[in-house]
Amino acid sequence: MTDIFSTASEMASAVAKKEISSVELTKAHLDRIKETDGKVHSFLFVDESGALEQAKAVDAKIAKGESLSPLAGVPLALKDILAQEGIPTTAGSKILEGWRPPYDATVVTKLKEAGVVILGKTNMDEFAMGSSTENSAYGTTQNPWDLTRTPGGSSGGSAAAVAAFQAPIAIGTDTGGSIRQPAALTGIVGVKPTYGGVSRYGVIAYSSSLDQVGPFARTVLDTALLHEAIAGHDERDSTSINAPVPQVVAAAKRGDVKGMKIGVIKELSGAGFQAGVLARFNESLDLLVSQGAEIVEVSCPNFEYALAAYYLIAPSEASSNLARFDSMRYGLRVGDDGKRGAEEVMSITRDAGFGKEVKRRIILGTYALSSGYYDAYYGSAQKVRTLVKQDFEAAFSKADVLVSPVTPTTAFKIGEKSNDPVAMYLSDIATIPVNMAGIGGMSLPVGLADEDGLPVGLQILAPVMQDDRFYRVGGTLEAALLSKWGKPILANAPKLGAK
Amino acid sequence: MAEISRGDVAHLAKLARIEMTPDELDHMASELDSILGAVKAVSKVATSDIAPTSHPLEMTNIFRPDVVKPSLTNEQALSGAPAKDEERFKVPQILGEE
Repeated sequence: MTDIFSTASEMASAVAKKEISSVELTKAHLDRIKETDGKVHSFLFVDESGALEQAKAVDAKIAKGESLSPLAGVPLALKDILAQEGIPTTAGSKILEGWRPPYDATVVTKLKEAGVVILGKTNMDEFAMGSSTENSAYGTTQNPWDLTRTPGGSSGGSAAAVAAFQAPIAIGTDTGGSIRQPAALTGIVGVKPTYGGVSRYGVIAYSSSLDQVGPFARTVLDTALLHEAIAGHDERDSTSINAPVPQVVAAAKRGDVKGMKIGVIKELSGAGFQAGVLARFNESLDLLVSQGAEIVEVSCPNFEYALAAYYLIAPSEASSNLARFDSMRYGLRVGDDGKRGAEEVMSITRDAGFGKEVKRRIILGTYALSSGYYDAYYGSAQKVRTLVKQDFEAAFSKADVLVSPVTPTTAFKIGEKSNDPVAMYLSDIATIPVNMAGIGGMSLPVGLADEDGLPVGLQILAPVMQDDRFYRVGGTLEAALLSKWGKPILANAPKLGAK
Repeated sequence: MAEISRGDVAHLAKLARIEMTPDELDHMASELDSILGAVKAVSKVATSDIAPTSHPLEMTNIFRPDVVKPSLTNEQALSGAPAKDEERFKVPQILGEE
C-alpha cells in the first residue's frame, strides 16, 4: 500500500499505475502537515490550493495516457530561498515579508515540468546564514527526532519536512553545509551537487561562489531522481556548467563498490568528533570493505584553515549580494515619512528588516573587503581556497571518493549555541572545505549514536562533475545497512502524528 | 589589542547602510572581535607564492547574443514595489534641498 511513509519512487510508480491518485497522495501529505507542523514547524507557507491544482493536472495527464517523468505526482517541500511565482518567498527574513516573486527559479520551472507537486515553502536560517534555523525571522524548526533539538540548517525546514513524512522529497541549498548538515542531523539523505551542476537562477544569493541547490530524500535513489530532475545547464546562470548531467540514477541503482578506493580524510575523522559519531563512521568503513572497497588514508592539512577562510569569503560576498535589499523596488520599506532621504530610509529599513546574524555577516564582509584590510583578510582567504583545492586534488589522486563524518556531533539543543557564533560555525567544519573547492558531496544516514540515540551522517565526496560516484557508494552502503538493521533508520524516530 | 573598535563598527554600519543603536554597536564590536580573532589564522598560511582562487570554476565571461527576449511586464516588475507612481517606482528623495 502506498502512503506517506512510502518512498518517492514507490509513490510515483503507484500514481502512474493509478493505484493512488496524485490528488489523494497530496491530500495525505497536507493532512500530515496539519497534524504535525505545530510541533515541527517545517513550513513557512503551505500552498494547499496550488498543490492540489498541480496534482489534478498530473492525474489528468495520466488519465489521457501521457508518459510522465519519474517523479510525476510526487509532493515536494521547497526551501523558501527559491523564487516561486505568486508564492510568498522570504528567505527567512523580515525584509522580504509579503513579497511574491513575479517569476519562477529555473529549478521551480523544472520541477513543474516534471509534474512534481510543490506543497509549500520551508523554514530556514535568514538568507541561509546559520546551521540550526534559529536565525529564521519566523521561529525555529524542531528536529522530528527530538523536539528540543535543532534539525540543523540552514535548510532545516526542508530536512525536517522529509524526516517527519510531511514530504518524501525536498529542495535545499548548500553554501557551507546547509544541505548535508541538516540531512545528517535528521537521518535523511542530502546532496550538494558539484558547483554549477544545478542552476542558481531565481535562488536568492548569499555567497555566489559557494551557493548550490540540491536534493533531500529518505533514500539514495529518490535523491538521485530529484537530482536528475533539477540538474543541467541553464543559460540564465553564467556559472552553470555546460556538460551532460552525471548519471546519478544509474549509479544509485548500481549496488556495488568492488575495487573502489575510499579515502578517509585523516583531519576529519578523529579528535573533536563525538564518540558515537566516530563509532558509526568506522562501522560504515567496515561495511564498505565487506562490499569489496579498499580503504586508504589521505591527509588534507590545509582544511584546518578552511573554516576561517569561509567566514571571510561568504560574508564578503554576502555584503555585496545583500546590498540589493535597499527598500526601493521590492520588499520592506520603513521610515518613509516624505521628509527623509533615500539613504536614511534605506538604513532604517535594513536595521528593521535584517536579523542579528545577517547584520553581523554584512559588517564582517564590509570590513574584510575594506581598503587596508583586504589583503590580510579577503586576499588571504582566497589563497587558503587555493590550498584547500590542492588538498582535494592530491587526495583524489589516491582515492575515488573521500569520506568523513558530516558533523562533529549529533543534533544539538535549541539555544545551545545560539549566543556563541564561533561555536555554531564549528558545526560545519567537515562540510565547508567542499564548497570552497566546488566539488559535490552526499550525507548518508549510517545509524544512531549510542549515547543519545540520534542520527549520524556519513559524508561521501567526489571530484567535480563525478557526482555519480557518491551515489554509487551511497546506494551500496544504504542497502548493506538496511539488510543489517532490517528496517529504515526513520522507523526509530518518534511517530509525531496520531496515525 | 582589539581587532576592531566600536568606532570601526559604526563606520562600517554607515558604509553598509544599516542604522544601529548604541547598544547594537557595543554588542557587534565585541562579537566581531572574537570572530576576527578566530579567522585571522588565514594570514598564517597565505604566503605570497600562492595564487588566490576567487571561484571554484575556471571560467571566463560567458557571452550571448544581445537580442530582445520576452521579460517581465511593467505591472509584474512593479508588483512588489513598496510605492509606485503610474508605471514607475516611487522612492524617497535622493538629492538634497540645494
